[in-house]
Amino acid sequence: MSSTPNSASSQAERVPAGDEPVLSVRHLRVEFPTRHATLVALDDISFDIAPGEVLGVVGESGAGKSMTGNAVIQLLEPPGHIAGGEVRLSGRRIDDLAEDDFVPLRGRHIGMIFQDPLTSLNPLFSIGDQLIETIRAHLPMNDSQARERALELLREVGIPAPETRLAAYPHQFSGGMRQRVVIALALAAEPELIIADEPTTALDVSVQAQILALLKRLCAERGAAVMLVTHDMGVIAETADRVAVMYAGRLIEIGPVGEVIRHPRHPYTEGLMASIPGITKRLERLYQIEGAMPRLAAIPAGCAFNPRCPHAKARCRSERPELMAAGQSLAACWLHDPVDPLPREPVGQGTDDATQEAR
Amino acid sequence: MSEAITTPERPAAGEHDVLLEVRDLARHFDVSKPWLNRVLERSERLTLRAVDGVGFTIRRGETVALVGESGCGKSTVARLIVGLYGLTRGQLIFDGEDISDLASRSGVQAAAVRKRFQMIFQDPYASLNPLWRVGTIIGEPLRVFRAELSATERHQRVGELLEQVGMSAADANRYPHEFSGGQRQRISIARALANEPEFMVCDEPTSALDVSVQAQILNLMRDLQKQYGLTYLFISHDMAVVKHMADRIAVMYLGRIAEIAPSDALFANPHHPYSRMLLAAVPSLEGVGRERTMIEGEVPNPVHPPSGCAFHPRCPHADARCSREVPVLIARSDGSEVACHAVEEGRIE
Amino acid sequence: MSQHAERGDVVVPARPGRLRTFLDSDIVYSWKQQPVVIVATLVTLVMFAGALFAPWITPQNPFDPRQIDLIDAFTPPLTTSDFTGTFYLLGSDSQGRDVFSAILYGSRISLLVGFAAVLFALVLGTLLGLSAGFRGGWRDALIMRVADVQLTFPSILMALLIFGVIRGFLPRSMHAEVAIIVLIVAIGLSDWVQYARAVRGATMVEKSKEYVQAARVIGLPDRKILVQHILPNVMRPVLVIGTIGLALAIIAEATLSFLGVGMPATQPSLGTLIRVGQDYMFSGEWWILLFPGVALLMLALSVNLLGDWLRDVLNPKLR
Repeated sequence: MSSTPNSASSQAERVPAGDEPVLSVRHLRVEFPTRHATLVALDDISFDIAPGEVLGVVGESGAGKSMTGNAVIQLLEPPGHIAGGEVRLSGRRIDDLAEDDFVPLRGRHIGMIFQDPLTSLNPLFSIGDQLIETIRAHLPMNDSQARERALELLREVGIPAPETRLAAYPHQFSGGMRQRVVIALALAAEPELIIADEPTTALDVSVQAQILALLKRLCAERGAAVMLVTHDMGVIAETADRVAVMYAGRLIEIGPVGEVIRHPRHPYTEGLMASIPGITKRLERLYQIEGAMPRLAAIPAGCAFNPRCPHAKARCRSERPELMAAGQSLAACWLHDPVDPLPREPVGQGTDDATQEAR
Repeated sequence: MSEAITTPERPAAGEHDVLLEVRDLARHFDVSKPWLNRVLERSERLTLRAVDGVGFTIRRGETVALVGESGCGKSTVARLIVGLYGLTRGQLIFDGEDISDLASRSGVQAAAVRKRFQMIFQDPYASLNPLWRVGTIIGEPLRVFRAELSATERHQRVGELLEQVGMSAADANRYPHEFSGGQRQRISIARALANEPEFMVCDEPTSALDVSVQAQILNLMRDLQKQYGLTYLFISHDMAVVKHMADRIAVMYLGRIAEIAPSDALFANPHHPYSRMLLAAVPSLEGVGRERTMIEGEVPNPVHPPSGCAFHPRCPHADARCSREVPVLIARSDGSEVACHAVEEGRIE
Repeated sequence: MSQHAERGDVVVPARPGRLRTFLDSDIVYSWKQQPVVIVATLVTLVMFAGALFAPWITPQNPFDPRQIDLIDAFTPPLTTSDFTGTFYLLGSDSQGRDVFSAILYGSRISLLVGFAAVLFALVLGTLLGLSAGFRGGWRDALIMRVADVQLTFPSILMALLIFGVIRGFLPRSMHAEVAIIVLIVAIGLSDWVQYARAVRGATMVEKSKEYVQAARVIGLPDRKILVQHILPNVMRPVLVIGTIGLALAIIAEATLSFLGVGMPATQPSLGTLIRVGQDYMFSGEWWILLFPGVALLMLALSVNLLGDWLRDVLNPKLR
């Protein structure tokens, strides 16, 4: 696989010189064997995250965004497994590690934050015990040092009066406070990489803003790389430095956040951005991408988006596009073929009604 | 759809008659522990005032939205209006008729009212009976309200409804699990349309859907509104969705309305500090890399709400009066009504 | 819209037939993957068939005194009697009864009691569970407290107690004829709790689901909501418990009969046969005990295995 020099190598060049990426994923492929067929859940995913960088991974449900995170930390649900490619953490290959060798990485080198704080916290232990235990498991500290560190962490994540809260149990905290504790727990061992999977989805908007700002600040201070998996473009816009857009198990666009949001290059990203209602403008109709994302068992040949794409041509139906340079981003679309770019079809909102009428 | 042209988009100005009037609506839930535990642990009875004195009106053909964070009581209001819960206090007037006792009505008396409205739910996976075929699900309101239809007529009507929501008549023979979340929500909408309601309560109809699917569903709901002159009560926590859908918006906080205003006015000039906070907290695509205005604190436990104005512990403008006295909605010149002492006293704009 | 006219004749896309769909389902796939389950199914089917068709399969009716020859008593298995020339596959007992026939007739009674007791417990438990889960309040508290109390006793003790109480109310002369009914009621009453608990839990979950609220919004009465929506959706766990419960009920019946409080020797179930057989265990006539014992073991084990498999297939989360 490494013999194919393509987009991935150009992707690697985007990382500032001299800075080795914390996480480097190359041609990652995840398969789910079922009794009818082998489903390819992730297909040729390549990206890097630099120290201190927040990479947002967006996509709709089933696009494979959470699975990318789970594949990196080897928490794929069986029978899913990594079937190709490689994952490197600070230059060290980790995708081929056995579970026993991988366990010490989680927590120490890779911190994890999930949507539901209660899945990360043990309801039977006080948060002080959990923090101290985590710290002592990963760092050479004695009990009182670990306790000091735990207090410091809780203070840093904005838990008021941490001395009195160490003995409290998870259920005694509110949702936002719990997620703060989870962040403290994830940062306890100063990991190089944080994987945050929908960290604010379960929270109210007002709390969401607090948690995102906190996460971003703490990771920047520590130089930790963050992989922020979410379906919420707003969260990405506010928090991420770069965005990776996923569709049907493939990475279809990756680039700086402002660029992807203001000048989306892949027709899917374009449609996605246009379909989000805003609070500043009010349209009579929202732009809608017709149809739905294909199931893994029925991903069309060529570009996976071709049946829904207004610009699709014969080539899109037969030949799969790799990531290609498009503006400051990379997009997997023949519109951006450096040799022979496809022409864009004029697309207006009016066509929506026409297609509806035809149905 | 050709019918859409003949039906006016909105009733003319003079016909702005009130379809639903909600007066001082309240619903308290007993959340005490079981009797035996209370006796043994000597704990008090606990009351959750999920909705505590909510009043607003909905005019025919318009969309009124209730927004707020979790636990503000917006879904409870929706369920009170459609008679899923009984009222603790207050009155519901639907098209001139007092329907406050709807939850306890039965038979013809209930059907006469119930056939005039419908509800769309949040979770497309839980809102359809998994053991029923789609045709049976959509036909259910028909079997209840239009028993005179023959099986063939009903079947035909179900086919029409499915096509109306952008699906195919043949889908009637399939089961819910064969469809995606967006398609299930379309089925839900088809069911809600079956008894040709005038009024539709939509409880977070797109919050479980992906954005591209959300756009499809919101467009469909607006098309249907135009076509049938439907009146919507739209419940959501998403300010952008509410902005897109609603003519008027009521912002709720801990069981009460903080501010109710025409949509444009609210977004242009929110008065209540909570409305401002909510708007500022919306993550926006326009402001890439922008830090959201930080709001301290979280929604308190509604079982033990703060005294006076429930928002006062989080409010930057709170004073002694706010912690003592519950503010009431006061109409302002721009058409909005605000329940805030600071706004009333002119301390803030 | 132009489609209006054609709507009457909806073209249904070709769908595979029901049998095809079933054979392709995950349940059948999982069944085929597990040899133990296949064997358990075969054993269960053979034993059910044997019990059902006993009168046509067995060489004699062991309850008909005219067909029994005392002179053939204690014939060992696979032996032809020297006196009557009758072949005894599994030997004969002290009365000269063919053990093979007695086992098939015995499983008839065991299965009848088992099925009827499960049905009784299932119906009672489901009704009480539905009522508790749907209505809540004092009904729920009452039903569930009774259930809790009953659960603190081993169910066989409960069955013994109920059996004794019912018998106490009946004249002695009726004991033999109504033994089977008393047994069914006793086992059924000792077993309703788990159905009630499962149904109550499932009912509370279903009741809060939005499809039930949708039915309420259109004013569907509670009775119809229960029957049309909730009951069918809570039946899955009930059927799984029922299958495992069948094995337990068969064993409970055998236990009671073994203890001498179940079926009388004139209408022996597998348990009765085992009780009778144990008298001869050490006197050399081992087959009188062994074969009914093996039959009971096979029946209970295979039904139980089937139930476990069904539980795993229908609800993996229960594991």
